[in-house]
Amino acid sequence: MKTTRSMVLVSSDPESLDRGALDVFSTLQKQIIKYGLEEEITLSMITDISKHAMSPLVLIYPDAVIYGPVSADDVPLIVEEHLYKGRVVEEKQISAYDLSGRVAWLSARKGTLPAENRIVLKNVGLIDPENIDEYIINEGYEALGHILKEMTPEETIKIIKDSGLRGRGGAGFPTGLKWQFVKAAKGNKKYVICNADESEPGTFKDRLVLEGDPHAIIEAMLIGAYAVGANEGFVYIRGEYGLAIGRMKKAIQQAKEYGLLGENIFGTDFSFDLHIHAGAGAYICGEETALIESIEGNRGEPRSRPPYPTTVGLWQKPTLVNNVETLANIPAIIRNGPEWYKSIGTPSSPGTKVYTILGNVNVTGLIEVPMGITLREVISIYAKGMKGGANFKLAQTGGSSGSIIPASLQDTPMDFDSFTNVGVSLGSGALLIGNEEVCVVDLAKVLLNFFRFESCGKCNPCRIGNNRAYKILVNISEGVGTMKDLKDLQMMSDQLVELSNCGLGQTAGSPLKDILAHFRAELEAHIKLKVCPAGICSMSGRYAYQIQ
Amino acid sequence: MATEVKVGQDERKIVQELVQNHGNKKAELIPILQEINREVGYISDEAIKELSEKMSIPSSHIYSVATFYRMLSTEPRGRHVIQFCESAPCHVAGGRQVWQTLKRELGLLNGETSQDNKWTLITTSCLGVCGVGPVMIIDEDIYGNVTPDQVPGILENYE
Repeated sequence: MKTTRSMVLVSSDPESLDRGALDVFSTLQKQIIKYGLEEEITLSMITDISKHAMSPLVLIYPDAVIYGPVSADDVPLIVEEHLYKGRVVEEKQISAYDLSGRVAWLSARKGTLPAENRIVLKNVGLIDPENIDEYIINEGYEALGHILKEMTPEETIKIIKDSGLRGRGGAGFPTGLKWQFVKAAKGNKKYVICNADESEPGTFKDRLVLEGDPHAIIEAMLIGAYAVGANEGFVYIRGEYGLAIGRMKKAIQQAKEYGLLGENIFGTDFSFDLHIHAGAGAYICGEETALIESIEGNRGEPRSRPPYPTTVGLWQKPTLVNNVETLANIPAIIRNGPEWYKSIGTPSSPGTKVYTILGNVNVTGLIEVPMGITLREVISIYAKGMKGGANFKLAQTGGSSGSIIPASLQDTPMDFDSFTNVGVSLGSGALLIGNEEVCVVDLAKVLLNFFRFESCGKCNPCRIGNNRAYKILVNISEGVGTMKDLKDLQMMSDQLVELSNCGLGQTAGSPLKDILAHFRAELEAHIKLKVCPAGICSMSGRYAYQIQ
Repeated sequence: MATEVKVGQDERKIVQELVQNHGNKKAELIPILQEINREVGYISDEAIKELSEKMSIPSSHIYSVATFYRMLSTEPRGRHVIQFCESAPCHVAGGRQVWQTLKRELGLLNGETSQDNKWTLITTSCLGVCGVGPVMIIDEDIYGNVTPDQVPGILENYE
């Protein structure tokens, strides 16, 4: 690797590309050559976690200066002043403070916030995702080489088990145990699937890993495949993630060229082939058995379980299905050992969690923090408080399938078990923060509308229950609700949770349960006083449903 | 009528080529349907019949798959498809007002196509760019931080 004086990074997330990041990149290339700096300066595209208003960004290291929003016209000045003469162009510089999601990456680069700890997002925004060499230089494929040369599959599984890693898709199932089940399942043919059908509203952590560090997923899948005895795998990426699909395709191609995918990897007997399956737009395909049905060419309708995919999965073969974020932890755990991993987070939920912060706060964006941090900390430290100094009313966690968490629970540590103990769930890691202008009836209406739309229709509790609950909520928001409606909502919530075939219906009941438990007064105000305290619901009666 | 027959022939050719490239295993059904949708704009009865024959899959199964996934359409759509995100993060960020404006400007309701065949308006679940909500996608272009005032200007960009 040649010695470089400076590293110049251009953000290339979809928002930046939309705002001319490619022009900026090509102009930078030309200007760097014009000043004869091409030997001293490396130029890369990165996926950064930036705020729309500031993109495209140009980041210059080691100075850690950020320019934005940069247009092609700004480039000559930046190259001449900063790269050639060594003077910061102050008028285009933006402070880290203005950036959304700054916490996620600045602390990794400058170490300003000790609570921030990047494992999953270690490389995101720092390496060129389209260049396998940059991944390899940053300890990439080291863990794979280590286990293939020095460890048995059993030893590999033991490390993952000892680390205490739990699935980050929402359910929190112990990853090592899942690996062990697949390993123990009978059969010569087994599959590994990466669940990248990230469709939970408000969640885009997996997209950033796929776009910013695709090789980490390939490496983790290889490790998983070696451990469970699989030789073929699929990355199921939702169809809407065009850039992520492109990056992953390129990464697989490069890994093949380097002999990291294919026959006899690292000169061992281990062979592994990896394919991409692009989703066609169905939230339910994030459910692992629906995802498997979809790969097989069917409607994405969940299967009845048991048997679980660990024994009867893709084409009836034992199949390991892991979420993107879960997989992104694997190489680091192998490299650093289970003890290191357990030293982060809480005893029952080791490691970090990636959250997307959204809603009525000052700073929205992505953070990766140790498990066990509280909502109050997230809002006050990372989100820089509520927008306009408003009061915090509720947080909706984990996309639609999470919980509606009232302000009274904002000091509960956010890990799998602590949340379960107070009757709420962590979900996929989206934190939608709402102030007092958010109406719980309106919010629940949006969530139930989502579920009734995304329900696959296979089982009655989910297909009918979500629809009826939605209509009742509409009636309450139209000012024609009755107190009996609250009883019906409670019943539907219980039935959704108890009787639904899969996770979609089972979690669809939780927003109803949460608003009935924590925001009953607000519901009753809609019904008894015909008043929406937040002033959102029309209460006009115009769109009310006739419900028999 | 003449043009319709031609469209049918073209579709058959597209289907035949796709099956040749992808192979006729059932696992290729969804990727093939996605490509038909991209090239033709929707999945017609003609295409389903041809595909059924070439892949030896019942047309009822193909139809049930084609109608299940949101990104596949069995109805012709307008020249430009507007997908508006209706999930909670965009809703909280002011999506409600933008959606009202869109409906008013276009004179369309959810799922409708305009008479001049220019626009199709649909809502979609989360598109994964929630950091910049409210979000809408017109064809392949993503628009973030959309406000009601911007809607007419954005629509003007399309012929």
